[in-house]
Amino acid sequence: MALSHSVNMQVRNIHKGFGAFKALDGVSLDIAAGELVCLLGPSGCGKTTLLRCIAGLERQDSGSIVIGARDVSELPPQARDYGILFQSYALFPNLTVEQNIGYGLHGDGRATIKARVAEMLELVGLLGSEKKYPGQLSGGQQQRVALARALAPAPSLLLLDEPMSALDARVREHLCGELRELQKRLGITTLMVTHNQDEAMLMADRIAVINHGRVEQYASPQEIYRSPASPFVAEFVGQGNWLPFERSTDGHAQVGDISLRLPTLLSGDARGRLFCRPESVVVNPSVHEDNLFSAQMREMTFLGNRCRLRFELDALPGHSLLAELAPEAMPRLNGADIWVALPPRSLQVFA
Amino acid sequence: MNIAAAPYRRQAPADLADRLFVRGGQWLLLLLLMLTVLLPLLAMLWRGFAGDASQGGGLTAAATLYSSANFRWLLGNSLKVSLTVALIVVPLAYAFAYALQRTCIVAKPLWRGISLLPLLAPSMLPGIALIYLFGNQGVLRGLIADNIYGFWGIVIGQAIYTFPHALMVLLSALALADARLFDAASSMGASPWRAFRSITWSGSRQGVFAALCLVFTLCITDFGVPVVVGGDYQVLALEAYKAVVGQQQFGRGALIGLVLLLPALLSFSVDLWLRRRQRDAMSGRAQVYHPQPSLNRDLAFLAITVLICLALLGVFGMAIYSSLVKFWPYNLSLALDHYAFSELPGGWLAYRNSLLLAVCSALFGSVVIFTGAYLIEKTRQTVLTQALRLLSFVPMAVPGLVFGLGYVFFFNQPHNPLNGLYGTLTLLVLCTIAHFFTTAQMTAAAALRQLDGEFEAAALSLKVPLVRHFLRVTVPICLPALLDIIRYLFVSAMTTVSAAIFLYSPDSVLAAVAVLNMDDAGNVGGAAAMSTLILLTSAGVSLLLAGLSHGLLRRSQAWRQPAPGH
Amino acid sequence: MFKRTALAAGLLAACAFHAQAATELTVYTALEVEQLTAYKAAFEKQNPDIEIKWVRDSTGIVTAKLLAEKERPQADVVWGLAGSSLAILKQQGMLEAYAPANLDKIGSNYRDAANPPSWVGMDVWAATICFNTVEAEKQGLPKPTKWEDLTNPVYKDKIVMPNPASSGTGYLDVSAWLQTFGQAQGWAYMDKLHANIGQYTHSGSKPCKLAAAGEFPIGISFEYPAVQLKRKGAPLDIVLPKEGLGWEIEATGIIKGTAHLAAAKKLADFSASREAMDLYKANFAVLAQPGIAERFQELPADYEQRLIKNDFNWASENRDQILAEWRKRYDGKSEPLPQ
Repeated sequence: MALSHSVNMQVRNIHKGFGAFKALDGVSLDIAAGELVCLLGPSGCGKTTLLRCIAGLERQDSGSIVIGARDVSELPPQARDYGILFQSYALFPNLTVEQNIGYGLHGDGRATIKARVAEMLELVGLLGSEKKYPGQLSGGQQQRVALARALAPAPSLLLLDEPMSALDARVREHLCGELRELQKRLGITTLMVTHNQDEAMLMADRIAVINHGRVEQYASPQEIYRSPASPFVAEFVGQGNWLPFERSTDGHAQVGDISLRLPTLLSGDARGRLFCRPESVVVNPSVHEDNLFSAQMREMTFLGNRCRLRFELDALPGHSLLAELAPEAMPRLNGADIWVALPPRSLQVFA
Repeated sequence: MNIAAAPYRRQAPADLADRLFVRGGQWLLLLLLMLTVLLPLLAMLWRGFAGDASQGGGLTAAATLYSSANFRWLLGNSLKVSLTVALIVVPLAYAFAYALQRTCIVAKPLWRGISLLPLLAPSMLPGIALIYLFGNQGVLRGLIADNIYGFWGIVIGQAIYTFPHALMVLLSALALADARLFDAASSMGASPWRAFRSITWSGSRQGVFAALCLVFTLCITDFGVPVVVGGDYQVLALEAYKAVVGQQQFGRGALIGLVLLLPALLSFSVDLWLRRRQRDAMSGRAQVYHPQPSLNRDLAFLAITVLICLALLGVFGMAIYSSLVKFWPYNLSLALDHYAFSELPGGWLAYRNSLLLAVCSALFGSVVIFTGAYLIEKTRQTVLTQALRLLSFVPMAVPGLVFGLGYVFFFNQPHNPLNGLYGTLTLLVLCTIAHFFTTAQMTAAAALRQLDGEFEAAALSLKVPLVRHFLRVTVPICLPALLDIIRYLFVSAMTTVSAAIFLYSPDSVLAAVAVLNMDDAGNVGGAAAMSTLILLTSAGVSLLLAGLSHGLLRRSQAWRQPAPGH
Repeated sequence: MFKRTALAAGLLAACAFHAQAATELTVYTALEVEQLTAYKAAFEKQNPDIEIKWVRDSTGIVTAKLLAEKERPQADVVWGLAGSSLAILKQQGMLEAYAPANLDKIGSNYRDAANPPSWVGMDVWAATICFNTVEAEKQGLPKPTKWEDLTNPVYKDKIVMPNPASSGTGYLDVSAWLQTFGQAQGWAYMDKLHANIGQYTHSGSKPCKLAAAGEFPIGISFEYPAVQLKRKGAPLDIVLPKEGLGWEIEATGIIKGTAHLAAAKKLADFSASREAMDLYKANFAVLAQPGIAERFQELPADYEQRLIKNDFNWASENRDQILAEWRKRYDGKSEPLPQ
């Protein structure tokens, strides 16, 4: 598998406004060759605008885009060398699957094109559908055709614009895996826009979380999940517990009547919020843990591979918190009275 | 497998060709519209505001005209007639279009064909027929209380005249639908009425508005029908006609023409506003909707369709009958006497000229208009595209008479380098294309707007030049609309009178003008006969195009067939 | 004569294609279509090197077209247009004054008074009432013999006449009534007539056409269509009111600046010649050269004597003011003007 043509990409300080609205407010990204990066954020955050700027479909107000060694900032879409998969797939309804895939393969001999189309069909597992029209295919099949069409001219960059949003959940998960596997096999640098964190987590090497036209955090999925760089990222990605605190005189965090020990002593702001992932909460620990408090269990939801527990600390009544635990930890629960530990290393401080 | 490194590197960027296609095409279209619409119009308006007072021009004359009670009264009449016609025609045309596109009634091509009749003959013909039907000597005179001349005469005449125009816009608004939306609606248990309101209506209401505007503007600028069956009912367009033809008051005609421009400008702004709220109805993933039979619905729509067609057939049958009658109403024996055109000076030249004009206008016009609509709808919106959009609405608003005079004033200037065109068939072709630009452009734009907005982006990402994408994808998908435009331009060119009447020269005399002359000379039979000939020619060409379209669709448009298993 | 190729460029070229002949004379005319063939043939027989290209339309359109083209005239000659229209062209300085051969034989009131004249007459047409005898019997209408008779309430809504604001014939009627009856009585007459009018048309021949078809039993028009329709079998009586007939002359003039002045002069000569008069007399009962016309059996012997003494200068100078008054009184009769 040759990766020789994989390219890296640099996006530098892109600004783009629509009238008074700032869609992109100084976005910079570095993408390594062969990497799959997801642009994740709520709708209207600017992620699609960024993709369209990179594709040359919108022109940025300022900033530069470099693909490989080429500065493409001012180039028209045709000169940028990428393939793109749209949310709607934009398959041409009057052309067959074969013609759609071969659409970008002009200038080569007929036989070469035919061979390439066959190769692409095999790649996406649609051999035998050459003569069908897009209207005769299922949504998932249409997506594969669109992908094959985008990849057929061997572009150095692949852009995916919400590729899964038109599919139902089962197909979606399956295709996510397939798409990722294919991308790895081809080693093609890929940028994908999504508002769905599961997709991003499932597929990305790195995720750029975007909000209000700015990159809030750009890191691996693990890091994004474990150490969100901002309250927005923490809240947007995954579930979490928030505890408002004040700094106590000894550098610990004072939450209501209880004091929480942190990995390091507090020195900055006098007040803030603590963040903790539900699966970091330890329920009825068998060995001693720091920050151990008595609590009341309010609700338990069985999610198959894990359980979700809603509880209130006795010292903080009325403030619901979540914990997640493996099903095998369930026998340890008997009755509504439980002990929970909030390990210091799992607590993150936000201003 | 060596996928990524496969030797399919892109060609040299096709950017230059595309820029030439998009920018060059847009500027070319702008130039064309400036030359054939704006400048002639300005030449005419100049006569209105700066022209000499002896021809009813000048600012003082304008102030007097616009503030007079008579003018307000005429305006009121015009508005009343045009609104009445629009409110009668558009619902009927919508029902008709719905019957053709969204139900399973029998013999659709037949109804479609009959509905086109008014487009196929000069507007004089239904006028003549209405008088033979409901005039004082009319065969159905007993059915109505008063004679046909007046308000209702104009309304009926204009309703017949505008029906196919409205139908054309509405048919394309209802042409494409996503079957999945209907499946979704019925799976959610929505009633057909509910599904209609939320899917069909919301997808087509922009077309309804466009049709309303089109009918309204066609009526308010038409003088052909009021001249024939208007009696003493006065409208603004007729006032402009009287000013120019009766009193050579070009200035006054221009000032009234200016007022008639306003409805089109108004439609433009509302259309723009509505467009922002319209989403794509036909994405790349859409399934073409094919209606399922439903007995009650189909019977009801069949009844509406048949009634409308019977009315049209009655009117045109009467017209053809009148071309065969020796001397109405006193000698009703039938003969072909009125068809002896070779005795007229010029003989069949007028007819041959009309054919040539129609062929040229249809071919060049459809290419220019469809490509133009593509360049307006499917490229980055700029000041230029907005200007083009606005300009393409103007011709609809201009009464043909004002249009034709503007051509004389502009193209016959001693200083105009293009004045060599004056009196040639080339200028008549340009004038015909420009005069009928709006409807054709609206049809093209409506069809184009129903295509997925990402098609062009996808083509660009594949480094396919836009012009090639246009020919390979856009044109084939829009082929039915394109053939509609060709047919529309052909029959309009065959039947047009009002603008052409000032532009023909001895070599370029036209059949429809000959109709007007014969009618004017009292040779109603001859006028009816020539009209019938025009009608048959247009009908023949329409059938030919329909056959062509049918064959083409079957051969190359298999994608329109429903998917097996869906 | 037109080449057609499948190529678009070929088609465009074909659209612009123009046939060329020796000397082509573009002649604007409002003559009736049936007359054109004979007139053209006779002239071209005398002048084989000249070919006439007709541009024919109604009087209003031809006049409007000529005026609109003033900056760069397309016509070489006007042959067969109302004298009043030619008077407007003369005012605009668009006519080439020329005294054709035989000018001395033309009646003095049938030509432009200046010397040399800008236009010279051909024949005369006059106001006529077309009266449908079949309908009259059906509806019990007496036959009118005078203009005055038309104000009889028995004719309510039975009469059609051309609108003077859109038709030269209509204006001819109005100006004749004002000249015959005098201003005050003329308007008083029209007030009463107006009550009986069923419709004002936009063309001068249409009222007679409507009468012939029985749409309206009485049409105020002129004698040419009346005679033609009667010959085709229309049940018409042609009434020439006793008080006198408004009339108009059909005339010929050369457009100033024509590139074919010599050929144009030949046509002007021909138009005033005896040969031409012999052609005209098939269609008209009064000709510009006295003593040639033959009596039409449809028309009374004293036809020419019934023509009023028409003051064309007065009629054209007062046209705007008369039309304004007429419009104020009668335009839009079917609806009252708002307060």
